[in-house]
Amino acid sequence: MSRHEISLTVNGRTYRATVPARLTLVDFLREELRLTGTHAGCEHGVCGACSILLDGRAVRSCLMFAVQADGATITTVEGLAPEPGTLSVLQDCFWELHALQCGFCTPGMLIAAQSLLAKSLAPSEQEIRDAIGGNLCRCTGYKQIVEAIQLAAARLSGRNVPANNHG
Amino acid sequence: MAESAFRYIAKKRRPKEDRRFIAGAARYVADVALPGMLHVALVASPYPFARIRGIDARAALGLPGVRAVVTGADLVAATDAMMSGLDAPKLRRYPLAHQLARYVGEWVAAVVAESRAVAEDAAELVEVDYQPLMPVIDPEAAIKPEAPIVHPDHGSNVLFRKKWVWGPVAEDFAASDHRLAFRARWHRSSTVPIETFGVVAAWDHARQLLDIWASIQMPKYPDQLARALRLPGNAVRVHFDVDVGGSYGVKRGLKHSILAGFIARQLGVPVRLLEDRLENMRGGDAQGPDRIFDIEVAFSKEGIIRALKIRALDDCGAHAGRAPLQLGKPVGAICGPYRVNSVEYEAISVTTNKTPQEAVRGFGQSPTNFALETMMDRVAAHLGLDRIALRRANLIAKDQFPYTIPSGSTYDSGDYHTVLEKALNAADLPALLRQRDGARAAGKLAGIGIACCLEPSGGNSAFEPLFNPKNETTTWMEACSIKIDLYGAVVVSMNTSSSGQGHETLAATVVGEVLERDPETVRVVRADSLSALPSNSPVGSRMAIMLGGAAAGAAKKLKESILAIAAKKLGAPVSELVYQNGDVALRQDPAKKISWDAIAEIAHRKFHELPEGMEPGLQATHVLEVPTGGTLPAADGRVQMYPCYAFETHIVYAEIDRITGQVSLGRYVVGHDCGTMINPDIVHGMTYGGIAHGIGAALYERFRYDDTGQLVSGTFMDYLIPSAHEVPNVEIVDHCTPSPLTAFGQKGSGEAGYLGAPAAISGAVNDALSPLGLKLAELPMTPGLLGDLIATADSKHK
Repeated sequence: MSRHEISLTVNGRTYRATVPARLTLVDFLREELRLTGTHAGCEHGVCGACSILLDGRAVRSCLMFAVQADGATITTVEGLAPEPGTLSVLQDCFWELHALQCGFCTPGMLIAAQSLLAKSLAPSEQEIRDAIGGNLCRCTGYKQIVEAIQLAAARLSGRNVPANNHG
Repeated sequence: MAESAFRYIAKKRRPKEDRRFIAGAARYVADVALPGMLHVALVASPYPFARIRGIDARAALGLPGVRAVVTGADLVAATDAMMSGLDAPKLRRYPLAHQLARYVGEWVAAVVAESRAVAEDAAELVEVDYQPLMPVIDPEAAIKPEAPIVHPDHGSNVLFRKKWVWGPVAEDFAASDHRLAFRARWHRSSTVPIETFGVVAAWDHARQLLDIWASIQMPKYPDQLARALRLPGNAVRVHFDVDVGGSYGVKRGLKHSILAGFIARQLGVPVRLLEDRLENMRGGDAQGPDRIFDIEVAFSKEGIIRALKIRALDDCGAHAGRAPLQLGKPVGAICGPYRVNSVEYEAISVTTNKTPQEAVRGFGQSPTNFALETMMDRVAAHLGLDRIALRRANLIAKDQFPYTIPSGSTYDSGDYHTVLEKALNAADLPALLRQRDGARAAGKLAGIGIACCLEPSGGNSAFEPLFNPKNETTTWMEACSIKIDLYGAVVVSMNTSSSGQGHETLAATVVGEVLERDPETVRVVRADSLSALPSNSPVGSRMAIMLGGAAAGAAKKLKESILAIAAKKLGAPVSELVYQNGDVALRQDPAKKISWDAIAEIAHRKFHELPEGMEPGLQATHVLEVPTGGTLPAADGRVQMYPCYAFETHIVYAEIDRITGQVSLGRYVVGHDCGTMINPDIVHGMTYGGIAHGIGAALYERFRYDDTGQLVSGTFMDYLIPSAHEVPNVEIVDHCTPSPLTAFGQKGSGEAGYLGAPAAISGAVNDALSPLGLKLAELPMTPGLLGDLIATADSKHK
């Protein structure tokens, strides 16, 4: 098994590692870097639980090898908050509207939503559903997730949305 | 009890546990990493039925990094067979196949190595010598005399068969104007959580203790695990502070855990077994009900249902487990929300060469509800009556509660007519009908579905003694303990893991309500199985009732202690005291009072100020028996199956693409009454999710086997889980009929949505198909199935 040196930036920190060619990116993040917020759900690219931001795009880390991420800049769920111990607006909206239950798909949902909100702060419901359409959730039926992303879009775009008005 | 009577209950409050999930800081079993931990990969049978003549592991063991290869013979020698829910001692089941492999994907050997990758490499090198046998795949074929026998020692593929008759069924059929018979088919699907099952086991030789972290949702899991491993219960410590990535019933994983525990003990090294997706789908023993209903119904010309005969044949797969009992729970709601005078129910559980079943959300009730609602639609069509009017005429009326059905279960409370009307109003039925008729006029296939269904809740395990008289279970208790520390901080301890149901919020809200303390300030922790009080895990929509009730019980005991301490300190009887926000004052002289903090300090430091006979400290426990529990089934099978009954009405609009057979759902309204909602966001979330799951069961999800017994839908490319595109924007209309049996009027709600969605969607599809003269009682109604039916009908019309 060939091994390869890689260097990449994850959540603002630079890592160098030597990895086997067959090590997937999700296993590298979880097992080598111990960033266990990213989850492996199906390992064949359908469920989206392993989604990360790679150079700004939401991608499935189970469908990439770690070696392919050499030189990349990655954000995982652990890197979404502006600083340790805080929550991003998007994360806070997920909490406020209970846009999760078991939480297993949640990191991938947040990544998909973050990717959408980076492009548009006024997405339609259909655009939101498209953005999370590749992320499976078995608990929520998606409704509270869609509403949380709508709320986050409104808050981030500076529209004045009071707390707790979506109950 | 009116909701406004509450301070924290029934209010919008942020769930306590959500924060760790959105921060990516939860701890699932796959996040548990122990030093020196080894990894397991599995060798799976490629045959549905085969004799195992030999296993050659030499090449695998020769691979660097491989530490062991375990086979069924090792487990048969060192562990006890897993228990089934039946009185059938010759149905022996071990984590690995022994002598016979009984389904495709069954685990035949386990490879233990220093990494999962090496374990998988080695698993490919294990040579198994199989002698293929003729399998039996179809459940109706399995009960024919010439069928291959899946468990030769048992001697028959019939695992359980019993017919109960409750009331004058024959007389009612003879006396009725009309009779109707039909078959309904619920194909095999399951809950399929996004997290697969996993377990980490570590044997501590110095302490003689097996530590277990598992993705678990299973009653009596620690007991059964210890028993199978031939260890005393106090030598197995199951850690309940593991976040479970979805379960909805299936995360039982006993075989995985026995295997991991055995390996960890054998090697003296921590071991991790994580299913990959294929192992989960075909070898995880977690598929769901696979049921054929034959229904006969007798009714008057006005459409009043008088009597029912239901024959339910269920294919539980290659091992019994608790699967046959999923035919038992529906006994407690066997006629749904309707007044029916008499019922005959025959339950038949058969074994075939397919993956075993596990408990699935609703434990057999959703298939039964689908069959009952199909019946209501067929009766209406038979008589030319309106489907909704027919339901109105048969629903149990508000003033008839408590209402006892023929099978002996009493429904606690309900207002079904009002919930139905509220849902119809919210859905704007006239507008929906106009939309449907307009779509039809434009040549589309459009329909409206309606379903009125029950969600029995409370998780009394009365189907156990019903299906196995040697099992005299009459309690399914839940416990909670609370302590208030020296400085007044509250810690609540619960006794199971959770898989998304928000139990920390539930417990904190209830305790906050009783003690009048902000739930934000209440810490909820989880005991491990050695420190836990008796508990039966979050199954059967029971935790609002049972954990909520136990937490309320413990909090009330604490409040009594607080009042007793205050009474002594203030020199007045409790009857003259007022409790407010945890502080206590004299009713007549409110200036004379003692604070929460001072009472806590007395309890922890000042024994001389405690009432005589009171223990120091401030703590209480409560172990709650299921309301209405405590009674064995009667000889004729009549039984109080569950205590509380939630009700839901679904109304859904659907259109079917004539060419592709794809169903798209439009307006979807559900009227829901589960009594008092402790946290409405949590209840609503589970209901939305249950509907999404029901959409999958109705339209997409099926573990499909070909004629040779190969599973052909073992990935997410072919076992289709609804995405945000398939699930519409569901609207819930709440109603609250409190239960008289529970602490705050709450009923269960964890299975809500799933119990009615398949029935309602089936109704909508059938309404859409009706202009073609088609009717279909088979789920899932996949695009392929519908497309072919429509094409055939269209070609006949042309």
